[in-house]
Amino acid sequence: MTADLAVVGAGPAGLAAAVTAAGRGLDVTLLDAAERPGGQIHRHPARGPVPRPVRRLTRRLRGVTHLPAHHVWTVVRDGDTWLLHCVAGPDEAPATVRARAVLLATGAYERQLPFPGWTLPGVVGAGGAQAMLKGGLALPGRRVVVAGSGPLLLAVATTLAAAGARVPALVEAADYTAYARRLPALVRNPGKLAQGALHGGSLLRHTTRLLTRHAVTAAHGTRRVEAVTVARLDADWRPVPGTGRRVPCDVLAVGHGLVPQLELATGLGCATRRTPDGTPAVAVDGRQRTSVPGIWAAGETCGVGGAELARTEGEIAALCVAGDASAALARRRARLRAFADAMAAAHRPRPGWTDWLDDATEVCRCEEVTAGRVRHAVAELGALDARTVKLLTRAGMGWCQGRVCGQAVARLAGEDPAPDRRPLSCPVPLSQLAHLPEAGPEAGPAPEAPAPEAPGAE
Amino acid sequence: MKPAPFSLTFDGRRLTALPGQSIAAALWSAGILAWRTTRHGGAPRGAFCGMGTCYDCLATVNGRPNQRACLLPARPGDTVTTQEGTGHDG
Amino acid sequence: MSHVPDAVIIGAGVVGAACAYYASRAGLDVAVIDRGPVAGGTTGAGEGNLLVSDKEAGPELDLALLSIRLWRELADVLPPETEYEPKGGLVVAPDETALTALRAFAEAQRQAGVEAYEADADRLRDLEPRLAPGLAGGFHYPQDAQIQPAMAAAHLLRASGADVRPGEEVTGVLTDRQGAVRGVRTTRGDLHAPAVVNATGTWGGRIAELAGVHLPVLPRRGFVLVTEPLPPGLVRHKVYAADYIADVANGSAALQSSAVVEGTPAGPVLIGATRERVGFDRTLSTAALRRLAAQATALFPVLGGVRAIRAYHGFRPYLPDHLPAIGPDPRVPGLHHACGHEGAGIGLAPATGLLAAAALCGGRPALDVRPFRPDRFPEQKGPAA
Repeated sequence: MTADLAVVGAGPAGLAAAVTAAGRGLDVTLLDAAERPGGQIHRHPARGPVPRPVRRLTRRLRGVTHLPAHHVWTVVRDGDTWLLHCVAGPDEAPATVRARAVLLATGAYERQLPFPGWTLPGVVGAGGAQAMLKGGLALPGRRVVVAGSGPLLLAVATTLAAAGARVPALVEAADYTAYARRLPALVRNPGKLAQGALHGGSLLRHTTRLLTRHAVTAAHGTRRVEAVTVARLDADWRPVPGTGRRVPCDVLAVGHGLVPQLELATGLGCATRRTPDGTPAVAVDGRQRTSVPGIWAAGETCGVGGAELARTEGEIAALCVAGDASAALARRRARLRAFADAMAAAHRPRPGWTDWLDDATEVCRCEEVTAGRVRHAVAELGALDARTVKLLTRAGMGWCQGRVCGQAVARLAGEDPAPDRRPLSCPVPLSQLAHLPEAGPEAGPAPEAPAPEAPGAE
Repeated sequence: MKPAPFSLTFDGRRLTALPGQSIAAALWSAGILAWRTTRHGGAPRGAFCGMGTCYDCLATVNGRPNQRACLLPARPGDTVTTQEGTGHDG
Repeated sequence: MSHVPDAVIIGAGVVGAACAYYASRAGLDVAVIDRGPVAGGTTGAGEGNLLVSDKEAGPELDLALLSIRLWRELADVLPPETEYEPKGGLVVAPDETALTALRAFAEAQRQAGVEAYEADADRLRDLEPRLAPGLAGGFHYPQDAQIQPAMAAAHLLRASGADVRPGEEVTGVLTDRQGAVRGVRTTRGDLHAPAVVNATGTWGGRIAELAGVHLPVLPRRGFVLVTEPLPPGLVRHKVYAADYIADVANGSAALQSSAVVEGTPAGPVLIGATRERVGFDRTLSTAALRRLAAQATALFPVLGGVRAIRAYHGFRPYLPDHLPAIGPDPRVPGLHHACGHEGAGIGLAPATGLLAAAALCGGRPALDVRPFRPDRFPEQKGPAA
């Protein structure tokens, strides 16, 4: 059975696309790694209230084949269709979906910049803390410092405060006045301004101190975080000597914005572009087509820009797959993209952040590789990029495959992060790989037949 | 209708979880922040990214090692144990 | 005015690094240039197999035996991060037919100086307790070893004291009026030297072309699977299966090997590699992954429940007769080659470096280099086949 369209990711972009395409009569399969639709932004507990935007869209999911808990680990061409190979459910069962067109709406994950003590229990991703609170009604503590950079921090602090946490400080490395330079983009987005003001207001009621051009430069504790050091930053994000002070807390929620999740797209050979905050994103045309015919992309995968932009792009992509277009959607997309670019530029990490690291700071959490070893590989062993640092230190070779340390390692190696390449987008049991369906011919020439030669390998 | 809480164990200790909570959320709710030690340094780790990206929250659940606690839904009677090293040791 | 080195080595992979190391040790002053970082090409995609077991008696095996000895010496010089492990290889035969063929193969190797010991089914289980039951037997090759290739290249370069210039691309080979080499042109300027060594592996044909000679190096893609970290001792040797495969095409039969399965000091088990002639195609082949996983789980059923967390590929440089090109190129005085090692470049690097250094100094080679002559491929009209 072949779907007209397979949508990967059930966040705002994927949901909007699936609903729109199904509404045009297409046979749509929607795959998502999570148990429940909504993506990271609309996390919700299983039996709790479903967020309104999700409710509105999921009501219309009738006619869409929704496959939750399906993690697509690769998409490969098979003749004139696509095969999406998945690891499904808690038992990691194999599943394969065949489709004529594919929309990648794989979203984003949080950018982390390491600092001493960031591996202590109680230091959590800001987006993760919010997701756990929304989805699991759980907080790892009561006194939460929120730190990093980006508009998400305001939302996180607000959510935490509303759930009863005390947020003594919101520490933002950038300067919000940087937005002023991009005022035209803001003025065209009155909704965004109102949202910002709302966050500010509710925070004030909860007595949170907003510190811009500051950063948490260290977390302290033995078995868990007990306090953080907050220091003022110069324009390059270097800590200003003598400005550090200790803030007691039992949780630090930290993140430096979001970065697009790209590996399915790069695995297919889709071209990428560099966004104003220095991270790569999938390049698409005005109708969300990637450089690979038959593959569309929408939402954060194409550059982080929020739920409204993601929904808009999802609709545009679905219309295009169905052979249609909308001028109004295109105008909305252009307006929201301009705003997203302004935000990205304002929160782009400045090079001085690497001064937060001492040589003993672990940069790669999985393989426990320190900043000192990364610097040695760069300065002494001829590593010019994150890939070579990985080969020479194992930074990025562990379970997360560099998703957490990749941005930091690239910058320590002196480059902007390269587009992610991970042929397996999640761990796959070897028994599943060994029993992959022997489908029809794949892209490119068939693997060569056994050659009559001496046994050998690498 | 209020969903009924259920119980699971962590290293033999009985915890209460709510339907829909992940293993990590159930552990956090019980004040537990670490359920793994690292392979080299033996350092304590728990949930970090909270969305399945970082694999810091790997736990052994019902004897199966290297499960992402932040994604895995808690089920009544689950047995969660602190995971050491590769999870396959011993 | 910058000083003039005795030789410029193009390529900062493991072969270029070994050339630099042995040339420096012979008293030469060398520069190493690479358009990318150290170990950025096939070296970085290698598994670090230092094997004699997979080579039939002949010139490549002689090169491998010399290399195995040299790697053992180098292990004392290089830091422990290079993860040199003289762990030995284990080649298993699924049935009696394969075992009989393997016996003949090993006997010829033994004549050439390889240590190979037959292991019956019980002995196999002693050597590798997690092996699948029901295997007919196999051979233990204690000389087989393993190294972390990128680290090996980086530390060989460091130990050489060479002027290492990563991120600099060679755009031309400079020659004098008589046609002899006098240096290279790079993206950063000219670098003069009386000798140039082409150690650019899969890209060796292009450098040869810049120098005006024909060297038909072609890419052969290989995928490697990497598992989640596993406890030490799960897989103790470099293990692969040899099968006796009837070759329908020419009515004969040949030994065909499976992917090599091996543990690493860092924990993951490596499974590699496939062999495909698909040019520089970088798209994932699920057929390749299926074959690797099927072969590995057939040898070690315990791996079935283990997860692959990574797959990567590299492009092995191969020449039509599957032997490398090593030594001076008689067509262009001053031009030397050290490339085309197919899937054995890590293993063969030290011997290659030693031979290249001898050629640069005009010294006697440690073994017969005639089979590796770079001008052995007659130029053909049209694009290289």
